[in-house]
Amino acid sequence: MSGVRIPSDDLVVGRPLPHESAALHVTGAALYTDDLVARMPGALHAHPVQAPHAHALVRHLDVTPALAVPGVVRVLTGADVPGVGDAGVKGDEPLFPTEVMFHGQAVCWVLGETLEAARLGALAVEVAYEPLPAVVTVREAIEAQSYQGGMPRLERGDVESAFAGAAHVYSGVTECAGQEHFYLETHCSLAHVDESRQVVVQSSTQHPSETQEIVAHVLGVPSHAVTVQCLRMGGGFGGKEMQPHGLAAVAALGATLTGRPVRLRLSRAQDMSMTGKRHGFHTRWRVAFDDDGHLLALDATLTSDGGWSLDLSEPVMTRALCHVDNAYWIPAVRVNGRIARTHKTSQTAFRGFGGPQGMLVIEDVLGRCAPRLGLDPAELRRRNFYREGQATPYGQVVRHPDRAVTCWEQVLETGEVARRLEEVARFNATHEHTKRAIATTPVKFGIAFNFTAFNQGGALVHVYKDGSVLVNHGGTEMGQGLHTKMLQVAATALGVPLDLVRLAPTRTDKVPNTSATAASSGADLNGGAVLDACIQILDRLRPVAAGLLGCAARDVVVYDGRVSASGGPEDASLTWAELVSAAYVQRVQLFAAGFHRTEGLHWDSSTMQGSPFKYFSYGAAAAEVEVDGFTGAHRVLRVDIVHDVGDSLSPLVDVGQVEGAFVQGAGWLTLEDLRWDETDGPQRGRLTTGSASTYKLPSLSELPDDFRVALLERAHEDGAVYGSKAVGEPPLMLAFSVREALRQAAAAFGPEGVAVDLASPATPEAIFWAVEQARGGGVPPGLEAVVEGAPGVVPDQPGASAPPVVPASEELVPAPGLGV
Amino acid sequence: METGTAPQVRVNGEVLDLEGTDPCTNALDWLRSRGLTGAKEGCAEGECGACAVMVARPDGVGGTHWAAVNACLAPAASLAGREVVTAEGLGTPEHLHPVQSEMAVRGGSQCGYCTPGFVCSMAAEYYRADRRATPTGADAGADDAGAPSPAHEAPGPNGFDLVAISGNLCRCTGYRPIRDAAFALGFPAVDDPLATPAEATSSAPAPCRVEGAAGSYVRPTDLAEALRLLGEHPDAVLVAGSTDWGVDVNLRGSRAPFVIGIDRLPELRALERAPQHLELGAALTLAELERGLAGEVPLLAAVLPQFASPLIRNTATVGGNLATGSPIGDLAPALLALEASVVLEGPAGSRVVPLDTHFTGYRSSVRRPDEVIRSLRVPLPLAGLTAFHKVAKRRFDDISGVAVGLALHVEDGVVARARIGVGGVAATPLRATSTEAALEGRPWTEQTVRAAAAVLREEGTPIDDHRASAAYRRAMLAASLVRLWAEGGAPEAVHA
Ligand SMILES: Cc1cc2nc3c(=O)[nH]c(=O)nc-3n(C[C@H](O)[C@H](O)[C@H](O)COP(=O)(O)OP(=O)(O)OC[C@H]3O[C@@H](n4cnc5c(N)ncnc54)[C@H](O)[C@@H]3O)c2cc1C
Ligand code: FES
Ligand code: FES
Repeated sequence: MSGVRIPSDDLVVGRPLPHESAALHVTGAALYTDDLVARMPGALHAHPVQAPHAHALVRHLDVTPALAVPGVVRVLTGADVPGVGDAGVKGDEPLFPTEVMFHGQAVCWVLGETLEAARLGALAVEVAYEPLPAVVTVREAIEAQSYQGGMPRLERGDVESAFAGAAHVYSGVTECAGQEHFYLETHCSLAHVDESRQVVVQSSTQHPSETQEIVAHVLGVPSHAVTVQCLRMGGGFGGKEMQPHGLAAVAALGATLTGRPVRLRLSRAQDMSMTGKRHGFHTRWRVAFDDDGHLLALDATLTSDGGWSLDLSEPVMTRALCHVDNAYWIPAVRVNGRIARTHKTSQTAFRGFGGPQGMLVIEDVLGRCAPRLGLDPAELRRRNFYREGQATPYGQVVRHPDRAVTCWEQVLETGEVARRLEEVARFNATHEHTKRAIATTPVKFGIAFNFTAFNQGGALVHVYKDGSVLVNHGGTEMGQGLHTKMLQVAATALGVPLDLVRLAPTRTDKVPNTSATAASSGADLNGGAVLDACIQILDRLRPVAAGLLGCAARDVVVYDGRVSASGGPEDASLTWAELVSAAYVQRVQLFAAGFHRTEGLHWDSSTMQGSPFKYFSYGAAAAEVEVDGFTGAHRVLRVDIVHDVGDSLSPLVDVGQVEGAFVQGAGWLTLEDLRWDETDGPQRGRLTTGSASTYKLPSLSELPDDFRVALLERAHEDGAVYGSKAVGEPPLMLAFSVREALRQAAAAFGPEGVAVDLASPATPEAIFWAVEQARGGGVPPGLEAVVEGAPGVVPDQPGASAPPVVPASEELVPAPGLGV
Repeated sequence: METGTAPQVRVNGEVLDLEGTDPCTNALDWLRSRGLTGAKEGCAEGECGACAVMVARPDGVGGTHWAAVNACLAPAASLAGREVVTAEGLGTPEHLHPVQSEMAVRGGSQCGYCTPGFVCSMAAEYYRADRRATPTGADAGADDAGAPSPAHEAPGPNGFDLVAISGNLCRCTGYRPIRDAAFALGFPAVDDPLATPAEATSSAPAPCRVEGAAGSYVRPTDLAEALRLLGEHPDAVLVAGSTDWGVDVNLRGSRAPFVIGIDRLPELRALERAPQHLELGAALTLAELERGLAGEVPLLAAVLPQFASPLIRNTATVGGNLATGSPIGDLAPALLALEASVVLEGPAGSRVVPLDTHFTGYRSSVRRPDEVIRSLRVPLPLAGLTAFHKVAKRRFDDISGVAVGLALHVEDGVVARARIGVGGVAATPLRATSTEAALEGRPWTEQTVRAAAAVLREEGTPIDDHRASAAYRRAMLAASLVRLWAEGGAPEAVHA
């Protein structure tokens, strides 16, 4: 009988495994940063002094009364910073501000023996503020021309002539709200100085390397003097990409100054009032269609609400502009982006990173224009899909556009949408006070960091003499299952059983200079690096095995812990442990550093052209909703999804990502309501929905009654890790199906073919006003009516005279503080 | 001498000392400080359930059962005499509890931060003694159009009521695998040590006194002692379920040197049926009220499932809800419609105050500082046509933008008596007296309803805030009456 057969369908990758920490999660044994405090005797607790103004000068700061409070050990102020007192990479986020830029900003931090002592100390600190006028909303910022950063323009084709000759032109405004990440675990850092005088910071960070850099520059020490570890996070969603740095730096500063461990954990209210969120967007657009409903041109100006500092606003805007097309071919495009500076938290990365806000524009446009064009919205969408050979407005050829079509058709078929549409029509005919609708929407989402340099990953794989394997890589685990996938990749690549492989927590002293675990790229980049390390090791082991088995090195097969020669006799095999131990004796290196860079990417941010993405992820969703005409409340009755994750590395993880992202997207679009005090009262600029009782997340009752997710089959992606695709972000945007279904259900309260404008988020109140509009009640409060007719209302064209966007993230400045 | 037994609590089978615990230290912080870091803080205001633990409680019929509660709100001292189980106590990574095992293998955890809390809420329901398999399962609730029932409303094939886990938030999973895990559960093994909580099965109050550096927590034996303590300590705070006070402590820095725990006073825990009225004890939890009334008062049966989450309902009390005087509380509009009265007990004895004269302004009432709410009195017979309409952003577990309680006596096609309570449109809960007048004596017809709805629209002085605009609140007031008519208030239905 011939030798070993590797069942290609039975690799460790591709198995539906539970999360690698599942048994720890369910028993409460999984540790998060704040759980470590109990293990660190003598830790001090940090509490902020938060400014009660959206914009003010700090005229005077007196900490002495705080020092008189029992248990208060020290108050950290700007005078304590030995290095650079800035929490960001661009120098626009002072750690201890003298000018308050948003309501709730921390002006100093009190360290206490207990959190209660620190809290009382913070109350005792005396601060004299001189309030200044504040810009709170995007509309106010546009009015006041209050912007920051570059103003990119993305352009293709002759927009003006497209509008001039078009059969149908519509103009309007689309606004969407931001979103609070509401990771269940709030930000936490725990810093101490270890026995080798190294500053060690345990941090809930998606970007340990950058946290390390910021801590180092604040302390004025080189990066090698600081180690950041992230055990795991209780959710991140982008909110822990840039925001942890300043908090970690405060904890580290406290630890170096007092010689004691310092714990800084934000309460939910502090987290919500101090840390950045998804950007809200304001977009003025005009759009041209031909008589058949084909998109001819889009001219739009997107203004994001950046908050007080730039943070990631530029790359977020870039991604928004690169996603206004979603899955649709638009021959002539001119989209401008600008970032409002407002006196709010500094808005930041959030799952989708501007993509959702960009795509919302085109989905809102299509949803509002379909009735005006006399077309069924699903038909209008389908008609405009990309076809083979077409390119995006930024010049990247759309590869595999047929996959969007396949997802779409499969959703319609397996979801029996045609039959159910008839049922919906019957239901609506017999129900006066409740109406239903089904809407289908597509997703096309580009994968890779727009900025090419970030597309690299590192790993460190050790094989010990007993055959056990330890994997380190640069990505962080926040629930997305990255570690599970990396274990599967390592076990598959080495050919060993999963239980031989262990994953160690993410640390900057193991794998340096890592990119953020973001842009859905964690598995692509780190998986590539883990794979590289494993292949190096295996390549060194093959000759050893070949010598022992008496075969050629290329014929050595390692599978499930058995080492044998392909085609050789079955009994002539070794165990993995035997091979490893033989290799050790032969002085073969049993560990390797892996590295991966994504090839073939290029991007020019001055022209906004290039091929920034490795590939596109596709998907489609059909959502059925029911709207209550009395209140505007709704239920999601059924959702069908087909989503493209390539060849799934870990199907249970991937389905979980699709479902979780969808529900989170539906939360953003229908429920979660960030409200700031926009009045001229004393609380102006305060987040009025800044707690769990006022800011509502989807709960179990928002779970679609019937929720069916399928991963697209035969979806192998060449050149990616085991043919897999990223999954973290793209499915969030499948939730547009819910918003469009709500629009259609609201319209069903009015005459056939009525067009409806729907605010975002589509809260019950917003839906109620849309229902009223359908019933003849006029445009909902706060919305602008769509204007019909060529050439349309031309949006501001800021990009024409403004500086191009050069994201500060692309200005690779040497890290300050090195003194070299 | 003031009563008190040694303040101890049994956690995961181990007896722990509570002595030295401050009254403002919550159970979550206390457990975590003891190294039990399984329960997490996600919000510290009862909204997320990451802190949920199981507590053994009297079940009202002589035994005990597990109730999941928010550890972030309960004073640690209030656990004296209780038995508590946390996620760590249910199982270990090597020996998972059935609930833990289903959650783990089905992908019920992603980041895992919400998971220990979910596991505790789910385990409490797993052990519910009257949970029975329902062979038809979720299909049983399908409505006429063939649509499935809302996800959380139909029990699973194993009788699992998803409401039990609806006070737990998860930001990662989207809940589907958690629902699947819940529905996949079997029944406890006969020798499962947790199937019957070990705590003494008596429901007798456990008086106690816990002294901490910053104050004392005292649970008196009876109402008389409570009133005496209240008289002696003018700075004392009464605490029942602590779902309101706990939020004030955690988020608004409220502190109290002397806390009187009234949650187990026998005088406050009666549910009695007199010929002319129902007497509802102030210290009954909303969950106990729901079970105890079992639908007897349809208007309350409509309110209770819409009130907060099951974790909160397991502890929040009827008296506490009225005592806060919140203008957006859910019980007041319903009880106003039911013409309820408040029974106040003070040093000088008791007095009965009609609820519509009880509230005097924003969060204030006629109750004197030395008085305790003893019970609520709901007169009989009940109105034949009632409804409760709560409008909020999220369908469940959200604070009302507007709440309307409606109770109409329709006799021979004429509205003989109408009582309407509204919340969310003024500084206090109100009776919509102009609307009542627009209904009473009129024929019960659509025309009357439309005319009265126009009056109801103008009741109160609603404002714009983050929950709703004034215009929407007004529209919702009007809609509530029209809805009552449309959804079964029309004459055929009344007499059906
Ligand atoms: C997450 C969450 C969700 C909520 N959702 C809702 C909701 O949907 N609808 C709603 O109406 N409310 C809601 N609430 C508020 C809740 O109703 C009240 O918190 C609860 O009913 C108060 O009861 P308690 O026993 O917990 O009061 P406690 O917190 O114990 O006490 C509250 C106040 O009442 C006083 N008090 C308590 N009992 C008495 C008594 N017998 N006599 C005199 N004074 C007394 C106390 O001194 C204290 O000042 C919610 C609260 C939370 C935390
Ligand atoms: S911590 Fe959120 S409910 Fe207790
Ligand atoms: S698994 Fe992350 S919050 Fe539930």
